[in-house]
Amino acid sequence: MNSLHEFLTMGGYGAYVWSAYGAAAVALLLNAVVPLRRLSRLRAALRRKQTP
Amino acid sequence: MRALAILLRRDLRLGFRRPGELATPLLFFVMATVLFPLGLSPRPDLLATVAPGVLWVAALLAGIVGQESLFKSDHEDGTLEQLLLGPAPLELVALTRVFSHWLMGGLPLVILSPLLGLMLDYPSAAFGTLLLSLLFGTLILSLLGAVGAALTVGLRQSGMLLPILVLPLAVPVLIFGAQSAAQAARGEDPTAALYLLGALLVLGVTLAPFAIAGALRISLES
Amino acid sequence: MNTSNWTWFHRLGSPPTLYRLADRLAPWFGWAAALGLAAGMYGGLWLAPTDYQQGDAFRIIYIHVPSAYLSMLCYALTAGASAVGLVWRMKLAHAVAVAAAPLGASFTFLALVTGSLWGKPMWGTYWVWDARLTSELILLFLYLGFLALNRAYEDPRSGERAAAVLALVGVVNLPIIHYSVVWWNTLHQGPTVFVGGGSDISPRMLAPLLVMLAAFTCYFVACLAKRVQAEILERERNAAWVKEMLEYS
Repeated sequence: MNSLHEFLTMGGYGAYVWSAYGAAAVALLLNAVVPLRRLSRLRAALRRKQTP
Repeated sequence: MRALAILLRRDLRLGFRRPGELATPLLFFVMATVLFPLGLSPRPDLLATVAPGVLWVAALLAGIVGQESLFKSDHEDGTLEQLLLGPAPLELVALTRVFSHWLMGGLPLVILSPLLGLMLDYPSAAFGTLLLSLLFGTLILSLLGAVGAALTVGLRQSGMLLPILVLPLAVPVLIFGAQSAAQAARGEDPTAALYLLGALLVLGVTLAPFAIAGALRISLES
Repeated sequence: MNTSNWTWFHRLGSPPTLYRLADRLAPWFGWAAALGLAAGMYGGLWLAPTDYQQGDAFRIIYIHVPSAYLSMLCYALTAGASAVGLVWRMKLAHAVAVAAAPLGASFTFLALVTGSLWGKPMWGTYWVWDARLTSELILLFLYLGFLALNRAYEDPRSGERAAAVLALVGVVNLPIIHYSVVWWNTLHQGPTVFVGGGSDISPRMLAPLLVMLAAFTCYFVACLAKRVQAEILERERNAAWVKEMLEYS
């Protein structure tokens, strides 16, 4: 890789490469965020149950 | 041993009392096969090319859909729990049930296949391989289908769950079976594929009963 | 004093132990994953030279191969945890299996999407019946079947055990499925996905791949840990240790 332009266009295959990395970003973010939120929601709900 | 023989005879007697139920998977096999020329084209050269695959896919679908009823009625009237508690090991009971069901459902399908093959321009010289492949294949599919049936018997709304569970597992059977039929049709040697199919059958007969029995125990406990 | 070698294993069957272990592991693996992904992508997208045959499109490999690898590793874990749950009757093992399956399905789906996006510029179509892609597709069906069966049961404890049986049947089948698909593909001279120019793959191309593999694996461990924690809390919501832990945290 020699330039930002080369990086972005990926030798003409930019659409495919960046779509692939975009799909990966979505998948990785979702799989990280969803369990974290579920866990914190569970903890909050259980804590609320305790304090009458 | 005697208990199993009694079970086999009882299954067969009950099955033949309702011939309509027996005929349904067979009818499905015929109709599914007929759909392909209607959906593709009636040209004999095309049909001859796709015949092995079509026959096999139709047999696969008919075989798996036919397994829904394997344990259902016995589950509903409590017989299944009796079998669980009975003298014979559940694994052998399962194997017997699969076999009796196959005798009434799978075997007729095998016997009917050359007739359907004729309708699809499948060469009669290759009928032997077709029959043998479907003989092995329907037995394996009965075993796989039984695993699915045992896993879903207790569910109220299982819908298409059984086919969804079993079809991916049936892919090797389909591949080896359809390929052997296709090779024979082209005049090539189908022995390798038939051996692979036979190996799958041995594996299935050995392992499936444990999976079926385990699944039945889980289904019955809930 | 004689401590059995399996004590640590049975201790993992205790919900508070597993919960705390997962809690401690997650951040380390999470940050390792983040670093690894950054380094791997820098190496793969910037440093690695352009492939002679495939141009810059080959860079999809840095996502595709780790996803595919992890999709299979995760199925092995799901099946292994299912076996532990059924044979040793460790209920927490089923929690691990149920937590892992959606992750594995995501990786499988990602492998298929990236494989398809790689295929379009290479062979002109978004889907080819390549042996590996076809196997991945069937693996996706196996995952979905596991999840569907698990959810179909009203009693979740029975559901996870039924799904466990299915996972074991699936894992035994998986090598057979893969072999049959490869056999089917070679019989018909099907297309194969070439990986970066054959055997003499340059180290500048290979190194980022290994880094991404490690990074994805760390990511998997971190996400699994969080999922397992959530599963444990749901199952143990009324337990004393949960009340105590929430009070003090």
